[in-house]
Amino acid sequence: MKPLTVTVLRPTRRHTLPGFSLSLGLTLLWTGLIVVLPLTALLFRPWHNGAGTMIHALYDARMHAALRVSFTCALLAVLIDLPIGLLLAWTLVRYRPPGHRVVDAMIDLPFAIPTAVTGIALATLYGPNGWIGSISSQWGLKLAFSPAGIVIALTFIGLPFIVRSIEPVLRSFPKDVEEAAFLLGASGWQRFRLILLPTLAPALLSGVGLAFARGVGEYGSVIFIAGNQPFHSEVAPLLIVMRLQEFNYDGATSIALILLVIALLCLVAVSRLRRSVSSGLVREDGA
Amino acid sequence: MSITLKDFTQYAPRSSRKLLDDIALTVEDRSFVALVGPSGAGKTTLLRAIAGLSSHSEGTLLIDGIPIHDRPVQDRGIGFVFQNYALFRHMTVARNIAFGLDVLPRSRRPDPASIQHRVTELLDLIQLPHLAKAYPDQLSGGQRQRVALARALATGPRLLLLDEPFGALDPLVRRDIRRWLRDLHERMNLTTILVTHDHEEAMDVADTLVVMQEGRIVQAADSATLNATPATPFVMEFLGETLKFPGILKAGRFIPDNQDVAPFPFEGIDGRATVLIRPHKVALVALTGNASVERRPDSPNGLFRYRVLTNSGDFEVTSPTQLSSEELQNVHIQISRGKVFYEP
Repeated sequence: MKPLTVTVLRPTRRHTLPGFSLSLGLTLLWTGLIVVLPLTALLFRPWHNGAGTMIHALYDARMHAALRVSFTCALLAVLIDLPIGLLLAWTLVRYRPPGHRVVDAMIDLPFAIPTAVTGIALATLYGPNGWIGSISSQWGLKLAFSPAGIVIALTFIGLPFIVRSIEPVLRSFPKDVEEAAFLLGASGWQRFRLILLPTLAPALLSGVGLAFARGVGEYGSVIFIAGNQPFHSEVAPLLIVMRLQEFNYDGATSIALILLVIALLCLVAVSRLRRSVSSGLVREDGA
Repeated sequence: MSITLKDFTQYAPRSSRKLLDDIALTVEDRSFVALVGPSGAGKTTLLRAIAGLSSHSEGTLLIDGIPIHDRPVQDRGIGFVFQNYALFRHMTVARNIAFGLDVLPRSRRPDPASIQHRVTELLDLIQLPHLAKAYPDQLSGGQRQRVALARALATGPRLLLLDEPFGALDPLVRRDIRRWLRDLHERMNLTTILVTHDHEEAMDVADTLVVMQEGRIVQAADSATLNATPATPFVMEFLGETLKFPGILKAGRFIPDNQDVAPFPFEGIDGRATVLIRPHKVALVALTGNASVERRPDSPNGLFRYRVLTNSGDFEVTSPTQLSSEELQNVHIQISRGKVFYEP
């Protein structure tokens, strides 16, 4: 009698991606070296000379003022960008006015132009002898070399973030959904507030988060128009540079640390807010 | 709710191309009408025009005798169900259904409790009471379809417009929801207009079929009339499988070009003509002609299928009874039960 042999087919686990371990390794290495390591270094560097020096550096009134200027101006700029960006995206997507392609390309200019160029251009335009600056100074309004100048620069820098983040959502917004709301009796304002705005909210929030983060960190375009008076129109990134020039590394890194922490907090807040306004818009399985 | 269209023409935006060409149509109160036709015939365009969603149009469109744009949207009493449902993704099913009531001006809006009550009532009606808190993305196609219907019904419309409402559903659900819709139509005394490209569906659910072709209405009648006296070859072809036999009318007889098909008497004006006939109305007479016949696999509805081979081409016919092998030889084809159409 022949011995009975039984072959058991063992299911082998296969990954869809070839070389999964290789790609995972590369990804981790990349994130680790380029993102996590510098940030970790920044977390540890301020305590280098002991907690005392660090705490001393944190109690610097000029730094507090600079941080306040950076965050208030960035916030104001985003609040100005929000309605303008919404309107701009809306016009580009819905009405396609003549020359909309040109406008569309121009929206990206703040991304493309070197920030120093932006800064000089804005300073020239809004300065006391500039086209706009000379007119506004007649009315007693000093735009350049004041916090107002910072807000102007940050508004310019932040606008494309808002427009570009909501534009695709607006473009893919189905026309029949709006028509359905119309036929159910919703007025124009109701359709905007109840249908369109909630659909745009997640994208709008991302745009706001990005523009705000960029605004807080903006250096090149701001320093030419800000006037850079300590306690008045000096932004935090500029103060970091000043501290470095003074070889005050503790001061510089402590500002950097605070900026980093606040940026992280903003990121968390935005993503939480995003999730709370995304109910129904993003499937739970992530699809 | 009655609808009257007269000399109604609609143009494509920014061009003189006509999407709807000189439409004349009357829809009686409480009737169930289906707009049928191939894609691009203008069915959806006509439906949207009736809903007041179109521009670039001229002519008369009266709803209960009043021009549609003379009445604010809330007072029109029109419920519209879109082909892709057009549900509000960021709202729960309950809020979707309540939308039409939520946006009413405060003076006319029911209090929240009555709105809630109405929503529960409608959820029961569409047999989805457990899904009030779900979001549209969590529903199946059939469920979304019903939610869209409930949303359209919430404000108590008297005219219900449906754009290919069953398009994305599987055949079983389709049949169910069709019956249910017909039921609803009766119970709520609605006037219903439905767009579909499926003539069987239209015949199953509607009283009147409006057949459209290239932006025009070709014929509007009930299904029996359409079957008995189709206005054009297109109507006949659209409503079911058709065989075509071109020929000539001469001295009171129709003489087909195909030699194997028997001429038959027909009184008419002499000239070119075509006979259109349903495959089951073709009669095969054995041992009198030269055509041969092959048995084909039976059709799913219990009919026997045969392939007729003639010198001028082959075609398929059906028969309720099985033909014996003697009956399949040297057959002669009779088409006198077909419809004769003059060629233009």
